[in-house]
Amino acid sequence: MPSAEIAGVTVDVNEEGYLTDPGQWTRAIGEAIAAELGIGPMTDEHWKVIDFLRKDTAEQGQVPSIRRIKKTGDIPTKELYALFPDGPLKKSTKIAGLPKPASCI
Amino acid sequence: MSEADGKIKSVSIVCSKGSLEGIYPALIMANGARMEGIEASIFFTFFGLYAILKKFNEKIKIATVGNPAMRVPDAKGILLPTIIGAIPGMSTFATKMMMKEMEQLDIPPIPEFLEMIHDAGGRLYACKATVDMFHLKPEDFCDEVEKVLTVGEFYQLSAGSEIIFT
Repeated sequence: MPSAEIAGVTVDVNEEGYLTDPGQWTRAIGEAIAAELGIGPMTDEHWKVIDFLRKDTAEQGQVPSIRRIKKTGDIPTKELYALFPDGPLKKSTKIAGLPKPASCI
Repeated sequence: MSEADGKIKSVSIVCSKGSLEGIYPALIMANGARMEGIEASIFFTFFGLYAILKKFNEKIKIATVGNPAMRVPDAKGILLPTIIGAIPGMSTFATKMMMKEMEQLDIPPIPEFLEMIHDAGGRLYACKATVDMFHLKPEDFCDEVEKVLTVGEFYQLSAGSEIIFT
């Protein structure tokens, strides 16, 4: 398994750069991935999304859909796209240290 | 548009059928494009217009006749011959079953799905020829529909897009 040095820490990642162990994640790592993706600077609104993604994934065992982020996370879809343009779920999950979503929805 | 790196930049999807299985592929592909950062628009034409007609789009059903692949109660069940599929209530029943499966996968009902695509920056258009033929007015369509377009305008807006017919 490849590893990468992000924000001065060595973490396990897959070939697309997604963290493979959410436990290795820190906010500094999130910041660094966001900067690399051209997202940010990270605001409270960004962190609200990241925190929900991490909490919901831990509880449900899978990354939430955009619909669930709206309904359960109370984050409107328009806002999600504005915060993480050009692939909101792909980018936000990467920043959150979670797997890339495998759903079509 | 395909760039040098092989990435699709924009898709224009034509939705021409008014059955559940005719409409959902167009919606899923448009939404999926937006999720990948690809621009997406859907041009609804002929019976596909029912997907964006207020009230009517809540009652879209699966076609249980003339579908030689249709099986019950699930994908590996027994074939549903057209003559049985034609029994009143069959289409409603099959639709209910499928909607239940879709809800579990977080696939929204059509009106909510249109809102989701719109919020994601996808654009929805109605075909002028069909609108005229069906005697419809712009106010018959749900709010997410941006405009009634002629086919010429559709091609202009689709410049550089991949055009997908469903």
